[in-house]
Amino acid sequence: MSLPRTPSQTVGPFYSIGLSRDPQNELADPRDPAAVRIVGVLVDGQDSPIPDGMVELWDAAGRRWGRSGTDSEGRFSFVVTKPDPLPGQAPRFDVLVFARGLLEHELTRVYFPDEAKANAADPVWSALDEKSRSTLVAEAENGALRFDIHMQGDRHTVFFVH
Amino acid sequence: MAQVEAESPVVLPDDPGAGPGVQVDYPGYRSTRWRVAERPLVTLPEEFHSVDGPVFGEDAIGEFDNDLTRQHPGEPIGERIIVTGRVLEEDGRPIPGTLVEIWQANAGGRYRHEVDQHPSPLDPNFSGAGRCLTDADGRYRFVTIKPGSYPWGNHDNAWRPQHVHFSVFGRRFTQRLVTQMYFPGDPLMEYDPIATSVRDPKARALMVARFDLDTTQPQWALGYQWDIVLGRGGSGTTPLES
Repeated sequence: MSLPRTPSQTVGPFYSIGLSRDPQNELADPRDPAAVRIVGVLVDGQDSPIPDGMVELWDAAGRRWGRSGTDSEGRFSFVVTKPDPLPGQAPRFDVLVFARGLLEHELTRVYFPDEAKANAADPVWSALDEKSRSTLVAEAENGALRFDIHMQGDRHTVFFVH
Repeated sequence: MAQVEAESPVVLPDDPGAGPGVQVDYPGYRSTRWRVAERPLVTLPEEFHSVDGPVFGEDAIGEFDNDLTRQHPGEPIGERIIVTGRVLEEDGRPIPGTLVEIWQANAGGRYRHEVDQHPSPLDPNFSGAGRCLTDADGRYRFVTIKPGSYPWGNHDNAWRPQHVHFSVFGRRFTQRLVTQMYFPGDPLMEYDPIATSVRDPKARALMVARFDLDTTQPQWALGYQWDIVLGRGGSGTTPLES
């Protein structure tokens, strides 16, 4: 038996009623000395910030999960500690992007800038061309990690089939 | 009135071969234009699909989280309804203990959200959000009121069909689904580019709840049944295994 799966629809502009009632963007205790903020801007194909988007981070190794809505400037933020790597892979978070205008969510990844060796050995990251892989690595910025997500255009983030 | 012509709803013809997916760049839904992710997407190795999703505990759920009519001192205005169904794998197995979240407009078609400026009153007794965990049979159940239709700015005289937004997690992270549940017989659905972005009419029908007299409670509330089937990943594209 194979049941047909239920189609996806957009979260629409009012998702925060249901999905952002409580802050859920701390995957780690902010007082943890190893905790770091991941901050970024969700940007559309006209380089405008997306103020009604939502980003989810998944840590497959630690089974941690969190989400952050975007603010009026398209900004999202998380508090994390670096995930353990899965065997043979580099530490990373899977990143899901939802927004008004996205009929289905999109999937990408964020890798860490201080893991150059592990990233180079990661089977997914290393299979990408140089320009593409660079879109998946956060940048150290003022003690935080900066990870902007560009949906389209010359600097578009790499997205995966999910 | 050429301008009105240009602002008419763009609804592409049904495509029975389109399958279960949405057309993510559906031109009738104009917000897709600058937001849909740059294609083609990169295909990930098959082992990626076995990654487990998060586990949610009962502590995530409050006592009235699944009854949107009892979250305030008074009852909300509107037609009281029960919406229930099961969260299933494609092979029919239920998915127990998974988080189901809903949000919706009130009976007048207004969301309790600062961006919603539809000139229809807010209801002081209705927040429009609910959540629950599925039981051992994969079943969820909400009591709420039937949401109203409302206008939106997508094209001239654009109105959304009545709908409830659903967010579901599933067992694996590739099963994550956000969708909308519609009501049977809604005349607005065929004009709605969000609904018609699912171009296969059989697939579109999977988003429509079924009125159910057995779920209906006499003298109290109408009942609707709506099962949610989560895919195994792959966006409805060719399976990735070799």
